[in-house]
Amino acid sequence: MFMKSSDVAENLYKTHSMPYENISEEIVLNCQAERIFYGDFLAVRDSSVPILKNQITGFIGPSGCGKSTVLKSINRMNDLVHGFRFEGKILFHNIDIYNKKVDPVNVRRSIGMVFQQPNPFSMSIYENVAFGLRLNRYKGNMDEKVEQALRGAALWDEVKNKLKNNGTSLSGGQQQRLCIARAIATEPRVLLMDEPCSALDPIATRQIEELMVKLKERFTLVIVTHNMQQAQRVADQTAFFSVDISQGGRTGYLVEMGPTRELFENPKEQLTEEYLSGEFS
Amino acid sequence: MAMEQQSIWDATDTLSRPVSKRDIFFDKVFRWVTHAFTLGTIFVLFYIVFKIGGKALPVISEFGLEFITSTTWDVNAGKFGILPEIWGTLYSSILALILGGSFGIAIAIFLTQDFLHYRIQIVLKNIIELLAAIPSVVYGLWGIFVLIPLIRPLADYLHNHFGWIPFFSTSLSGPGMFPAALVLSIMILPTVAAISQDALLAVPLKTKEAAYGMGTTRWEAILRVMLPTASGGIFGSLVLGFGRALGETMALAMLVGNSNDISLSVFSPADTLATLLALNFPEAGEYEASVLMYAACVLLLITLLVNIAGATIITRCDCRSMK
Repeated sequence: MFMKSSDVAENLYKTHSMPYENISEEIVLNCQAERIFYGDFLAVRDSSVPILKNQITGFIGPSGCGKSTVLKSINRMNDLVHGFRFEGKILFHNIDIYNKKVDPVNVRRSIGMVFQQPNPFSMSIYENVAFGLRLNRYKGNMDEKVEQALRGAALWDEVKNKLKNNGTSLSGGQQQRLCIARAIATEPRVLLMDEPCSALDPIATRQIEELMVKLKERFTLVIVTHNMQQAQRVADQTAFFSVDISQGGRTGYLVEMGPTRELFENPKEQLTEEYLSGEFS
Repeated sequence: MAMEQQSIWDATDTLSRPVSKRDIFFDKVFRWVTHAFTLGTIFVLFYIVFKIGGKALPVISEFGLEFITSTTWDVNAGKFGILPEIWGTLYSSILALILGGSFGIAIAIFLTQDFLHYRIQIVLKNIIELLAAIPSVVYGLWGIFVLIPLIRPLADYLHNHFGWIPFFSTSLSGPGMFPAALVLSIMILPTVAAISQDALLAVPLKTKEAAYGMGTTRWEAILRVMLPTASGGIFGSLVLGFGRALGETMALAMLVGNSNDISLSVFSPADTLATLLALNFPEAGEYEASVLMYAACVLLLITLLVNIAGATIITRCDCRSMK
């Protein structure tokens, strides 16, 4: 069943995808986090992460290293947290999204997000996918866009006969793909994924990973993962974060970043090497 | 058998011991006590229905359905009909539900969706719940001495300028449907607000995050995601509020006017089943008492139907969102 649905997705992308050589080293989003606070707590410092277009950038690191905090800062989800403060810049198409004139709602509309726990709305599968389209007052053919998004998320074959069923009635892996369909329906430029497979079983994880690789042809992806094999399997670029406890608190920071293979085979920093070889976690 | 069971406890390398006779005894007693209380409650319910129904039975067979469709209530002529009371009960409750329900839901939204500092939310929530602590008779007094004089200018204005609308076709002479419904709506407001708040707070954080993550403004998140997700509980709060309004007695007896009429006008006096019962039983002879029992059965049936309908819809909503 899975093979079949991914074949469908592949066909879809043949018509939409760009030729491979077009994939450039263009920086679509440049995250320059100097300091991120929750109240008085310094959660992240000195983390400059350029995100390359049509690539998958993976954030890895031990618990509490701030990788999720950095990710959620990119579409200003952290604004919902009381006491959150961001110092630095995140340049997206040469605009600092933390500029006071920028409405976080607009940021979130062009930078989509998939969460750790699958969180479909308690409404029909169709309405879940159409949610963003209706929100953005899309006037075209809704059915077509919904189908396209569900195919893009490799879920169409499994749900095409039950689009009226509640989104929460699906299995965990299907729910997560529904959330991906919901996020990509509005064709955001960047898609953030916060440990999207941590609540899923290995088969569902595999499906999501294959999907990510396909999605990067159309979107730019940033994923947080605590699974280093996953980073090696899907990420083109990998950013390794660690925790600094020297200042008393637990402050996360970027240790190093580079093409995944290079980082895993030839880490520049000793800390990275120790972490990758499993000497601490 | 007994020997075998004994043997596993012979080991000396463990601190675990078999369940003692005392533990088993208390386990059994606990179970029987809870069963007895549960059955006792159910028994009381059936006993009430049985007794009231039994007393009403002769009158039910005498008047039949005419009791419900007739509008005359004449003790001397032996003619009894409660259509005006059924109308008054439903009309006052529906008006109260519209007013109190919309206020209650609005309050619930305001107090749960991060509009205010957490501590202020708690304070306001408690103040609103205090409304439920005011005795019914105090509401009645307040209605007579404060509310009615207060709304009279408004009622006069509406009647003089919009008298052609059936709702304002009579003038407010004092007690009437409008002040009664206003007080009722204040009385059901804490119920609606409290349960709606719980329903909105029960919406998982991840659902809220999903909404904001899609780029909703706060209003869009509330209207498109939070309210639909909490709709089961919110609907439940409305049903409970409606149930409370149907049975409310004292404040209505003081405010509704106790007049045996059916009128669409909100300013005319009316009557409800509960106030009919409360005001007529002191002078009732045995025969009239049975008549009142019949009216009580009708009220019971209405509240029962409302609650069953509500419970059905709530479970249906819950099943959908729980799956």
